[in-house]
Amino acid sequence: MGLNEKPLSTLHEKASYDLGDFEVPTGREEAWRFTPLSRLKGLHSGKAEAVGHVRVDVDAAPEVTVETVGRDDARVGKSFMPTDRVSAQAWNSFEKATVITVPREAVTSKATVLTLTGEPAGNGGAAYGHIVVKVEPLAEAVVVLDHRGSAVYADNIEFVVGEGASLKVVSLQDWADDAVHVSHHHAQLAKDSTFRSFVVTLGGDLVRLSPSVTYTAPGGDADMSGVYFVDAGQHLEHRLLVDHSQPNCKSNVDYRGALQGEAAHAVWIGDVIIRVEAEGTDTYELNRNLILTDGARADSVPNLEILTGEVAGAGHASASGRLDDEHIFYLQARGIPHDEARRLVVRGFLGQLIEKIEIDEIRERVLGALEAELSR
Amino acid sequence: MSTLEIRDLQVAVEDKEILRGVNLTVKSGQTHAIMGPNGSGKSTLAYAIAGHPKYTITGGQVLLDGVDLLELSVDERARAGLFLAMQYPVEVPGVSVSNFLRSAVTAVRGEAPKLREFAKDLKGGMDALSIDPAFAQRNLNEGFSGGEKKRHEILQMELLKPKIAVLDETDSGLDVDALRVVSEGINRFRSSGETGVLLITHYTRILRYVTPDHVHVFAGGRIVEEGGPELAEKLEAEGYEQYTKASA
Repeated sequence: MGLNEKPLSTLHEKASYDLGDFEVPTGREEAWRFTPLSRLKGLHSGKAEAVGHVRVDVDAAPEVTVETVGRDDARVGKSFMPTDRVSAQAWNSFEKATVITVPREAVTSKATVLTLTGEPAGNGGAAYGHIVVKVEPLAEAVVVLDHRGSAVYADNIEFVVGEGASLKVVSLQDWADDAVHVSHHHAQLAKDSTFRSFVVTLGGDLVRLSPSVTYTAPGGDADMSGVYFVDAGQHLEHRLLVDHSQPNCKSNVDYRGALQGEAAHAVWIGDVIIRVEAEGTDTYELNRNLILTDGARADSVPNLEILTGEVAGAGHASASGRLDDEHIFYLQARGIPHDEARRLVVRGFLGQLIEKIEIDEIRERVLGALEAELSR
Repeated sequence: MSTLEIRDLQVAVEDKEILRGVNLTVKSGQTHAIMGPNGSGKSTLAYAIAGHPKYTITGGQVLLDGVDLLELSVDERARAGLFLAMQYPVEVPGVSVSNFLRSAVTAVRGEAPKLREFAKDLKGGMDALSIDPAFAQRNLNEGFSGGEKKRHEILQMELLKPKIAVLDETDSGLDVDALRVVSEGINRFRSSGETGVLLITHYTRILRYVTPDHVHVFAGGRIVEEGGPELAEKLEAEGYEQYTKASA
């Protein structure tokens, strides 16, 4: 049995800065089949005019520099190429990019918080954005992306992690109920660098977030966690891609969600490719969904493609299920009322991940938001 | 003074009749042992009283101080003073033992216990059952050994102070040391004289540590013989064969 040299997956074949290279999706494509295109408000079809606005406020650590630059800045667009239509649309449509630079060997004394607030024009127009977070060699930083308000927004975010550097990112999608957000997080890991990503998606009518990781040298270590809570009518989609093209790198993906209400829809795609040259790769990806009511639906598709025979570890798991009656019975048999039993179990299910958020303020906010969701 | 009165209880699982008219009265200060072979319906009795959704009540009543428990939800039964120590306590990921116990005590007492008092009770209870204090921070039953799970069930019983406790094969899977610790817990609990115990077991071994007032032999979904502690000794010597033949 020979090994293929090219990944079989077609999802990542095409990469281009040119919008014309991507046809308008019809919904039949593998990459788009779960997404309700009619609710994208034209982000995928070129019909979403850039007349909306998403304000970017940065509360930066003193050690970092924050710049707003034009499209022609040399640091923009170096670590990635768009791989789908909306990413290419965002790339071609943004006017100003925010560039955060963490200087060599700097260890930031606090988190750098970017608050992205949707300020819809009366016409409900779209907005496009671009952010670059560049962590120079041996530096360490924490970055928070806090999305709020109402918007139709597509963006690309580059996380460029230098040699021996460490970047921790929390991305909070806490949008208003009518927001539409399609986002691509591109992390590029240099030799011996560490990347920790924590995604929390709660708000919005439709959120489609695609975090990806690529490695430029051995020794990179990526850990990506995510928590989502899907209410009636919401479509929250997370599409992970880890492309192991270098030897001896690590990746770990753990996304968990709870769903409740009619037409609550969660989609999780976890693609991991271990290329021929990526010997010694150690990877694991996990997705779990807890379905709390009838009418909610979770699609979970892990794909692990291994093209080398020499891996240190490779695995994936996906499980979607209802609240376990036996758990609820046990708690109720100790006098705990049904609703509280349910809260305890869901909080436990997601809380294990939420505890990994190291920034107290953000962790408390996420736990608070979870309580609010559960008491709906 | 409390009374649990089981009257002509009939229970089915997925249309299959399991309990065929069980009559039994347990009063505070009493310890009743229900003994019987595997498949006789002993555990069904325990879970049906507690209200597990898998079991359908097809007839009869279960009264706790005159209140029909069968009309109440699972949590209402527990708050009314019923406790079931489970044979196979489930693992609940992400819910810590201390958080769970505080929620349970709050629900059963109707008010949150004072933190310091609760911490003291919890520590005292854990010490008495030789449970490592670190367990308070662990997830409920997750990774607990069989013996640890059973000790933890008894700890809950001692903290919740029910009127009537049903212990479903609490002795199964315990080594002698663990059995002794668990039995001491049960004896502490019943020594107040204010609570009744219904001890369900397959083996007579635990009855050497926890002496029953009444022994009931269960076979074919009903009680087929009743007596005092001497009945347990007879079962020890002769086994269940005569009953299984009779009921089949």
